[in-house]
Amino acid sequence: MNGAYPKPKLVPVPSTNIIPDRDADKSPILECRNLGIDFGGLSAVSDFNMAIGRTEIAGLIGPNGAGKTTVFNLLTKVYQPTRGTIMLDGKDTHSMTTAQVNRAGIARTFQNIRLFSNLSVEDNVKVGLHNQMRYGMFSGILRMPGYWKEERVARERALELLSIFDMQDLASHQAGSLPYGAQRRLEIVRALATNPSLLLLDEPAAGMNPSETAELMNNIRKIRDTFHIAIMLIEHDMNLVMGVCEGICVLNFGKVIAKGTPEEIQANPAVIEAYLGKQKEA
Amino acid sequence: MKNLTGRRRLSKSSVNGFINYGLVIAAFVVMQILIGQDAVSNTIQSMLVPVCCYVVMAVSLNLTVGILGELSLGHAGFMSLGAFSGIIAATALQNVVTAEPLRLALSMVVGAVVGGIGGVVIGLPVLRLRGDYLAIVTLAFGEIIKNVIQVLYIGLDEEGLHLATKQENLILSETGISIIKGPMGATGVTKLATFTAGFILVLVTLFVVQNLVASRAGRAILSLRDNRIAAESVGISVTKYKMMAFVTSAALAGAAGTLYGLNYSSTVASKFDFNTSILVLVYVVLGGLGSIRGSIIAAAVLTILPELLRSGSIKDYRMLIYAIILILVMLVTNNPTLRGALDTVSKKLKLGKHKHTDLEGGAAS
Repeated sequence: MNGAYPKPKLVPVPSTNIIPDRDADKSPILECRNLGIDFGGLSAVSDFNMAIGRTEIAGLIGPNGAGKTTVFNLLTKVYQPTRGTIMLDGKDTHSMTTAQVNRAGIARTFQNIRLFSNLSVEDNVKVGLHNQMRYGMFSGILRMPGYWKEERVARERALELLSIFDMQDLASHQAGSLPYGAQRRLEIVRALATNPSLLLLDEPAAGMNPSETAELMNNIRKIRDTFHIAIMLIEHDMNLVMGVCEGICVLNFGKVIAKGTPEEIQANPAVIEAYLGKQKEA
Repeated sequence: MKNLTGRRRLSKSSVNGFINYGLVIAAFVVMQILIGQDAVSNTIQSMLVPVCCYVVMAVSLNLTVGILGELSLGHAGFMSLGAFSGIIAATALQNVVTAEPLRLALSMVVGAVVGGIGGVVIGLPVLRLRGDYLAIVTLAFGEIIKNVIQVLYIGLDEEGLHLATKQENLILSETGISIIKGPMGATGVTKLATFTAGFILVLVTLFVVQNLVASRAGRAILSLRDNRIAAESVGISVTKYKMMAFVTSAALAGAAGTLYGLNYSSTVASKFDFNTSILVLVYVVLGGLGSIRGSIIAAAVLTILPELLRSGSIKDYRMLIYAIILILVMLVTNNPTLRGALDTVSKKLKLGKHKHTDLEGGAAS
């Protein structure tokens, strides 16, 4: 692997991070130190530092191509970081694969929906519950008592999770046949089924109308309050970001240009410049 | 709430599974009655065991190609492993186990285990590859197996199994028997395979594949086919479940191979070549990727069809007719208009039974 990779050591949270007061006395769920990745000669993300509190709703914003999704891909190990450390709940994720990172507690949704479109809605959620079930291949084939018991529990749990978004009646439908908005919601349910401590949402409001976005905001808060987890989201809809996020990180050209509460971000001249361009000096 | 209370209702997949068992059992019973009444020609009777073998081959290949979604072109290689290891096991057990059905069953277990080991050996390096690469390597594997067995000389005497790559190196005691003789293959095999054994093997295969697909592991395999990146993101280990599907498929092919090998007094390795792999793949594709029932029907019909065409005045054109039928079936099943018409018919048939749930009812979008 990469020889230049620094050996991680957990030191106290740097003071530049914004964590809500209620989480301040606990260690952060996620901490990134000088995270960076190069594609060929191009540095897509560099010096990314961020900490997320245990029950924080954090936002990651920035103009198109700023590297937001790349950060998600780094956190979930779809890409191996070239530099820096990711600490998840105090553990370094350096040697983990995507699947192991998920088992360690990070679940995500995708910008362009990635459902198991030929499976039923219920089975999509059950795939999410996979690692919470224990029975092996042979008890599955031979239909041992463990199979029946765990499948029953899984079904109940899947319907319970679907009921967050009032989707339990769609359980037997094919996932690919659902309307767009329902597919986005199903992706969130599937991610929640893996029992994460940090949920990454990549543009959850994309393609939604204002009333659906408002409903989504309520649901994001509801998820945080019911599951007591941290949520980090990438979003272009500023109403949603400013309305629901407690801490926001702004990325431009792969670098963090601002961090702070929604009010601070809205007043930050660097952010305004990144989005609207430099004002001509008259 | 109807979904919660309907928990005991059979799911669609298990209904489909029972239909498949029913289909196989019905076919077996009908054939037995026809044989009892002497209404079946000898040609067809001799086809019954191979039909069972090819059904098992098709269903097991469907596990790799249709359900896991990886193209394998070396399925006959596993059949070959199973055939020859099964023949060796059957010969070795000749004096130990006198009951023929039991000896056949044990040989099939040996064939399945050897096939499965072959699956592990080939799967470990190969399943990291994707798409075309996997197809090429499995193709090569099938050819390698064929060529290796063609130079193998295996014999058995009191001291145990002897293995050599040249005939003169195979030194056996006076009572020893040579089982595999290089390019001549295995000769003088006691025919143990029966239609009943084939029927049971088909049922076991259906049981394994259908129950596997409907379990936790099966969902993981299906999720890999649908979207590998998403499957990884929900914690599914890609290599583990690819291996599980691939090895199960190889083991079942091994058992089918044993049955096939023990159906003839002599078997040569060149029987299990690339053509056989492609033939089985044709059954799977024609029957529909992922459709178990399709595989069963396609394998049975397409194994018998060339033999049926052999009789009568059309026999000179039988391969031509066979090819035309293949093309027509492909065209019909891929034609959107005809498919739409078929879907409408099947929907109308279903409407009477199930109330249609309104898709838009629960989702505002």
